[in-house]
Amino acid sequence: MLTKKECVAMLLAGGQGSRLYALTNQVAKPAVEFGAKNRIIDFPLSNCTNSGIDTVGVLTQYQPLVLNEYIGNGSPWDLDRTFGGVHILPPYQGKKKSDWYKGTANAIYQNLGFIDRYQPEYVLILSGDHIYKMDYDEMLKQHKENQADCTIAVLTVPMEEASRFGIMSLDENGRITEFAEKPKQPKSDQASMGIYIFSYDVLKKYLIDDENNPKSSNDFGKDIIPKMLEDGKKMFGYRFKGYWKDVGTIKSLWEANMDLLGDKPNFDIFDSKRKIYARNVGDPPQFIGSDACIQNSIIGSGVEVYGTVINSVISNSVVIEEGAIVRDSVIFTNSVIKKNAIVEFSIIDEFTEVGEGAVVGAGNKKQDNDITVIARNEKIPAKSVIEAGTMYDTLSGGAK
Amino acid sequence: MKAVGLILSNIHDKNIPELTSIRSIGSVPFGGRYRLIDFALSNMVNSGITSVGIITKSNYQSLMDHVGSGKEWDLVRKNGGLFMLPPFSDNQDEVYETRLQALNNVMNFLYRTPHELVVLSDSDMVLNIDIDKVIDYHIEKNADVTCVYNEMVLDGDEGRLVSVIKTNVDGKVVDIKTAKPEKAVKAKSVINIWVFNRMLLINLIKETLSRESRADFDLDLIGKNLNKINVVGYAFEGYFAWITSLSKYFKHNMDLLDKKVRDNLFNQKYMAVYTKVKDSPPTSYRANAQVKNSFVADGCVIDGYVENSIIFRGVTVGRGCVIKNSILMQDSIVLDNAQLNCVIADKNVVIKSGRNLSGCENMPFYIGKNSIV
Repeated sequence: MLTKKECVAMLLAGGQGSRLYALTNQVAKPAVEFGAKNRIIDFPLSNCTNSGIDTVGVLTQYQPLVLNEYIGNGSPWDLDRTFGGVHILPPYQGKKKSDWYKGTANAIYQNLGFIDRYQPEYVLILSGDHIYKMDYDEMLKQHKENQADCTIAVLTVPMEEASRFGIMSLDENGRITEFAEKPKQPKSDQASMGIYIFSYDVLKKYLIDDENNPKSSNDFGKDIIPKMLEDGKKMFGYRFKGYWKDVGTIKSLWEANMDLLGDKPNFDIFDSKRKIYARNVGDPPQFIGSDACIQNSIIGSGVEVYGTVINSVISNSVVIEEGAIVRDSVIFTNSVIKKNAIVEFSIIDEFTEVGEGAVVGAGNKKQDNDITVIARNEKIPAKSVIEAGTMYDTLSGGAK
Repeated sequence: MKAVGLILSNIHDKNIPELTSIRSIGSVPFGGRYRLIDFALSNMVNSGITSVGIITKSNYQSLMDHVGSGKEWDLVRKNGGLFMLPPFSDNQDEVYETRLQALNNVMNFLYRTPHELVVLSDSDMVLNIDIDKVIDYHIEKNADVTCVYNEMVLDGDEGRLVSVIKTNVDGKVVDIKTAKPEKAVKAKSVINIWVFNRMLLINLIKETLSRESRADFDLDLIGKNLNKINVVGYAFEGYFAWITSLSKYFKHNMDLLDKKVRDNLFNQKYMAVYTKVKDSPPTSYRANAQVKNSFVADGCVIDGYVENSIIFRGVTVGRGCVIKNSILMQDSIVLDNAQLNCVIADKNVVIKSGRNLSGCENMPFYIGKNSIV
């Protein structure tokens, strides 16, 4: 039977995420946990489902095991479909040649066959390292109204941060007049969010041309977008007003977690209309002990708290024992903070144990210092002291 | 797997009219995020049973909504899976009353299922039992029927007749009778989990009902056949709670504040308790939150004082509230400065600012679903 999809989403999830250091030594960045119950990839996947997009290709390359297992058949996001649904797309060996994904554009190029299968009119390109809620359908509507070749989601950023982003200038109709990837002297504060909608016929042509250009770095921001602009294609910005955070660094990941806290959090995950879905594992409710103290924190299922938790994000099945103090920190699933241990301004990865009386990251009161990171499966010995800003990773990289 | 599961979801509705006037006993909320039937279903699934029928009788909308396709229990299967078995009437207006009639009502299911064994379970109880072990015992003992019992103290507050058995040295059941003790006694109580050889069950049901249409399962089907068939007793020794009255419901919810009980129910290896997933956000403790000795599910927003309580998914506790010894079911809202003690608030209850409501342990104050107090 021949059927087609109007819009197919392609989610770039293959990057190493090297600026997350120890957190991505064993898992791909999109599989890093976020906000007590989720992994980063839950956000783009849930956004797709909530926007009526039911066909998603997830391009994986780096450390895909946890990510692949997590996505599974896509049922947690309602993406287990008879036709369409979520598909993991690793690099593969072709008859003539085989290659790792060389760049974002090359990754899509190598999967043109997947997209062709659905004969879409539009392709939505997403990243696996952004935290936000967005209705892609609104963006698609605008794309259609403008009869655009390409629409790029645009966010206003502080001018001093603009040089970290793809920066563009828009005319009064929202049409993109200039685009520069990470410019040293940015001309505007209009930043690309790395979310693109392309009309598929145009995209396909440019991807093929780009692949045949040996000088190209095969990147959307550096090659495809500038080339299309140069050729005078109809390219528009889609202005997004809402919370959006690139969690590509330890600091930004920690900040984004902290943005979930407070009476009026910067990022509201409590809005039940656009839920962020996650794979659930059947944890019981959380138990809060008689001497526990919890303030300004969010806590997932199956957690047991007997100690003190302040300004922190505690993921599923974590245990915080008597007398332990966790402050301004993010603790990932299945970790244990033993009796009287102190954890401050830290990110503790999954399945980690902080021994009795150990002190992790204390003294980082100003929070302008580096966040302390403990990698997954680590066992911090009792009574040891891990200084603020340490990247503790003995199992796969050696302690920093 | 040799066995098919069969769960009775309505059988003891009358015990807790407060909670079951709008739902079946199987869909009574329990322990923060569960419904009672989750325990029966998870027990079966964790024991490798992949084909489960749920016998329903009335008010089973909420049950069907909860169980859905059975996906959360991995019961969406090519072979077997989940079967909802609502009442079936061949030109009779009456819906079945007794356990035996209920089973007779699903005779077609019993005939058609290919499994050798049938595991029966009620859904008015909370326990984590490895049914696989019961089945192994059943086979080892070459039994026709295995009766799971729990050696427990009966205090006459069971709200109904309880069957007790006597076993001989070989573990064979030699006597079964109903008991309603005047004073507390310890007895081997039948907890209504049975393993049957399927064809034998079919024959016994037909034979017993042909003699007496309102025959009793325990006394007639089992009791009168003890000398003909090999019935063995299997002692279940883990945590067992029977939800037989509102005060028992209250008490057993509060049992979850005991680590031993929680570990026994929820932290057994490979024996998780599954339930419908709601994708709630994490629970948010705000600046004025003070929570002690409580069991709290996901998606709550807490800005007040909570002690010795069971808080279900999506509950809001406002600033200045003092909540003690209470059960707040899903999506209940307690507005600022309200005080609750020994209260059971059913789903979607709103308690207005400054209200002061109190019951006591053996007579908790129950607030009906969707009420605004």
